[in-house]
Amino acid sequence: MPSDTSQRPGRPGKTAGAFDIRNFIGALLFLYGVLLTLVGLFGEQYLDRTGGVNANLYAGLALLLVGAVFMTWARLRPIVVPPHVEPAPEDPTRPSPRRKQPRH
Amino acid sequence: MTALARLQTAETLISATVVDYVIIALYFVFVLGIGVMARRSISDSIDFFLSGRSLPAWVTGLAFISANLGAVEIMGMSANGAQLGISTVHYFWVGAIPAMLFLGVVMMPFYYGSKVRSVPEFMFRRFGTGAHLVNAVSFALAQLLIAGVNLYLLGSIVQALLGWPLWVALLVAAAIVLSYITLGGLSAAIYNEVLQFFVIVAALAPLTLIGLHRVGGYQGLKDKIAELAAAAPASAGVPPASEQLQSWPGQALSGFSSPFWSVVGIVFGLGFVLSFGYWTTNFVEVQRAMASNSISAARKTPIIGAFPKMFVPFIVIVPGMIAGVLVNEIRQLKAGGSPAGGASGQGVQYNDALLLLMRDVLPNGLLGLAIAGLLAAFMAGMAANISAFNTVFSYDLWQRYIRKDHSDDYYLRIGRLATVGATVIAIFTAIVASSFSNVMDYLQTLFGFFNAPLFATFILGMFWKRMTPTAGWVGLASGTLSAVTVALLSRDAFGSASLGLLPISGQGAAFLAASTAFVVDIVLSVIVSLRTTPKPASQLRGLVYSETPKEDLVDPDEAALPWFRRTIPLASIALVLVIALNFAF
Repeated sequence: MPSDTSQRPGRPGKTAGAFDIRNFIGALLFLYGVLLTLVGLFGEQYLDRTGGVNANLYAGLALLLVGAVFMTWARLRPIVVPPHVEPAPEDPTRPSPRRKQPRH
Repeated sequence: MTALARLQTAETLISATVVDYVIIALYFVFVLGIGVMARRSISDSIDFFLSGRSLPAWVTGLAFISANLGAVEIMGMSANGAQLGISTVHYFWVGAIPAMLFLGVVMMPFYYGSKVRSVPEFMFRRFGTGAHLVNAVSFALAQLLIAGVNLYLLGSIVQALLGWPLWVALLVAAAIVLSYITLGGLSAAIYNEVLQFFVIVAALAPLTLIGLHRVGGYQGLKDKIAELAAAAPASAGVPPASEQLQSWPGQALSGFSSPFWSVVGIVFGLGFVLSFGYWTTNFVEVQRAMASNSISAARKTPIIGAFPKMFVPFIVIVPGMIAGVLVNEIRQLKAGGSPAGGASGQGVQYNDALLLLMRDVLPNGLLGLAIAGLLAAFMAGMAANISAFNTVFSYDLWQRYIRKDHSDDYYLRIGRLATVGATVIAIFTAIVASSFSNVMDYLQTLFGFFNAPLFATFILGMFWKRMTPTAGWVGLASGTLSAVTVALLSRDAFGSASLGLLPISGQGAAFLAASTAFVVDIVLSVIVSLRTTPKPASQLRGLVYSETPKEDLVDPDEAALPWFRRTIPLASIALVLVIALNFAF
């Protein structure tokens, strides 16, 4: 488990940083939260559709919270990339972009 | 083409505003952004790190269920919810969770331990060419078909949203999926699946909550369903309220009039044969777990996936049930009417339930989020089908039977060509689906029959070393044929092509066909095995239980983990939870 190795002191390695999936999830949900909260506060509320609830506002606030939780989680327990890993073989099960071959 | 010409005049089902488009666009920025970042700036070590081999188990677990949470699942299950009510949960609590747990606890060690690249390859190692060909070809064809169905639903959403002609929507959607697959690469693909899961939940949870608020909570929903079911004319064929509101005995789902046989059909046909056949042998799913870093992580992948999977019905089926009482068109449909409109432009169908509910209850803003969630699901579903197709095509068919012994680069190139080819074929499949939706349903039923005997052959082959290669392909072929025969004899499993000699219809026919396939497969496999020569025991290590040392099947490090991160305790909790859910509803 990567989150465990990160807790151990004295193991060098860089963190996955912005490429941590939790940061992606957190950022997208947080941005959605910002948009929906703004729409809920200043936009049309369509109360006839929602049955009288400012749904955009509540959903927006919930998304802000969830987004923040994901980003905090990633901050508190970062994924650490071990300094020495074996090169990854190209995985035939996924059509991925070609990795550049080292020139000789 | 006349059907397409007519569709060009279809008006938009949903009126989106600027804020909705911003939300949808933001999702695409993230999807493509992940791809670009993965391509450009990631060193080999991070790429390795993220490509599934040391990802936390919650990530692979979510990717596992996301690959299945595609168009067919979301639209199909909400449609079933609208039509049949709560008994649709059997597709999840009986038809998925037990099989996922079984996959993790019992079967995954064989897949992972034998180091095969695909499920058909396991078939090849255990039974040789015959069974392998049956499995690989039927799987590849089924993936193309399902990718087409996913694409069709994706195209019809775009059409309903933007009012584009269907063929333009199909081409654009296919182009997006293709760039998403080829640009993304391995890490990006898994990332997108996990991201997609959260977007879907963020989209469907508010829809469910607002819908429930509108109908007066769950009690209000039950009252309205009961009221409408009592008022519906007999000709509409609406299941009575008791069947719509209680999951057992599930006669609404099985179509059996006897409660006893309904339970037997659901437990054995759906819960055992169909679902074990699908979840434990379907490469699209198993592929996720195969990429993890240890046997322990591979086993935990489907088990961790089981927890969110248990609760997916609440945001998929419940909205369908709400649509059945809240959306005018669906109400009319359920009362035996045939309202005009719908995503297909050829009248409202139950498949439109979710879209129409979104139109009726979501304010602009959340509407955009909901559309983004649906688009996400369809793209990821199609991407998963196409990437699984591409592996099986390049390695199980092309490399094994057509061009052997070429370089790795060669097969990677073939894989990429297969991706493009599969996308093009999916476009044509989608166009066919738009004019002959019934035919597509029957084809899906047909491919379902290839799954049913697969599980029988796998499980017998894993636990009985005497089972011979001949028995492998004989069992598969005869099992599939017997399923098709039952479907032909039933009332409507193949529509008007069915002969009606057996008095069962609906899902019940599919359950009976699958169960027959299972029994025939087992019986014939045993008979044939006793008369033919088995493989020598030395070739069965890692493939058959009795020939595999116990150390090969478990992870030595697992005993050191706390209990909540070990396979068996996790699986037990999931099992208890799902049984509790069955009692509660």
